[in-house]
Amino acid sequence: MKDLLEKHRPVFERHEVLVQAGADAVGLVNDRVLSPTRAIIGGREVILAGTNNYMGITFDPDCIEAGKRALEEYGTGTTGSRIANGTYAMHRELEQALARVLNRKHCIVFSTGYQANLGMISGLAGPEDTIFIDADSHASIYDGCKLSGAQVIRFRHNDPDNLARKLSRHDPGKGGRLVILEGIYSMLGDRAPLAEFIAVKREYGFQLLLDEAHSFGVLGEHGRGLAEEAGVESEVDFVVGTFSKSIGAIGGFGAGDHPLFEALRWAAKPYMFTASPSPASIATSLCAVHKIENEPWRRKQLMENSRRLHEGFKKLGLKLGCEEVSPVIAVQCPDEPSTLAMWNALLKAGVYVNIALPPGTPGGVHLLRCSVSAAHTEEDIDRIIALFAQVVAAQPGMVAEA
Amino acid sequence: MTTRDEIIARLTELLAPFNKEGVPLTPQTDIAAELNIDSAGVMDFIMEVEDTFDIDIPLNVLSETRTIEDLARVVEERLA
Repeated sequence: MKDLLEKHRPVFERHEVLVQAGADAVGLVNDRVLSPTRAIIGGREVILAGTNNYMGITFDPDCIEAGKRALEEYGTGTTGSRIANGTYAMHRELEQALARVLNRKHCIVFSTGYQANLGMISGLAGPEDTIFIDADSHASIYDGCKLSGAQVIRFRHNDPDNLARKLSRHDPGKGGRLVILEGIYSMLGDRAPLAEFIAVKREYGFQLLLDEAHSFGVLGEHGRGLAEEAGVESEVDFVVGTFSKSIGAIGGFGAGDHPLFEALRWAAKPYMFTASPSPASIATSLCAVHKIENEPWRRKQLMENSRRLHEGFKKLGLKLGCEEVSPVIAVQCPDEPSTLAMWNALLKAGVYVNIALPPGTPGGVHLLRCSVSAAHTEEDIDRIIALFAQVVAAQPGMVAEA
Repeated sequence: MTTRDEIIARLTELLAPFNKEGVPLTPQTDIAAELNIDSAGVMDFIMEVEDTFDIDIPLNVLSETRTIEDLARVVEERLA
């Protein structure tokens, strides 16, 4: 009989190569985290430019105080599911606050962002239904689709015509149709052309779920995400988001206006069969939601920082993930060895970015993925650009040219 | 009406750009395992097949579709 772990030997050996190259990006340890933008890694202080900490809220004194108070008053964990002993008044309070901020009638909080997609997708779609997903969808969307048992059809990334073509030859039979899009795609930083997809929705009919994981707090006048920025919120049936980015905690949410929305609490196993988010996480999230609502300067600062980094990289002649400015700015490298070498050199020079390799990237590209924070100063952004310039000059040919 | 052999011939052509190691292709070639294409690459190849034949192939059927011949059978069913 075959050993069960034998199938993972290739990925195990691929990781060994990274370790030997001294570029074990997936095994990286933060010895200490000093602020939203600084950590001690390998004994040295580095600028963090790959944390998705968009609002820079993780060390906010009010959020920390709220978390401390919740720990003291409600304990370390809920030890139970939302449908058993795990719903506290603060879980409800957070759901109400999010519903208000999102301008939606209903909101359900999940224990992680990954589970929010698993729960919402498997709660919405069943074996008789068909889900149409963008080719660049996050792993949690693919896994949510699998869990739902629905037929899953993949359309070309950000291509409304391709979706329309697939819808035009699709017979929904007895089932419904769910289309899933993302506000900002996490690898390249590009937005979905939402208005064009809405035109396809009007023509063919489907229910639309928009994952605003990277755009909640970031886009739109009130930070409600891409749907707000594009002015099409009433056409988006369901919104999913996470607390692990703009909110600076852990958890996720699903929201919508559907009169049967609350039924998802009894239809979504990733909601029912896991412990509810811890009191401290809920309390800091609630505080952060208020800040997103009342501190628009964070959003403004984030976009200014993003523009500055985007322009700086363009001036260096780097090939970026997309032309639009967003807080996700990906630098393309020609292959895996060059990506590892550049990542390693950047870390040694004092800046941490994410490494993103196939099959986790669209079209098999190799990326040094940066994410910008509102907590970065102008000097931080200039330093990141200067360190990229220095490392690129030292190792020519290691990044793709624009 | 497209015959099974015609479908196999067309699939073999479409697969060529994904066959980076130049493995000789036969109807029995296991697309992912023998050509060393990762999961995302297989899905991208399937999108090419969908556009070429103007059909949809749900991701659900891919777990039981290993060889070029298996895929030809799926295409044939969807064309019918």
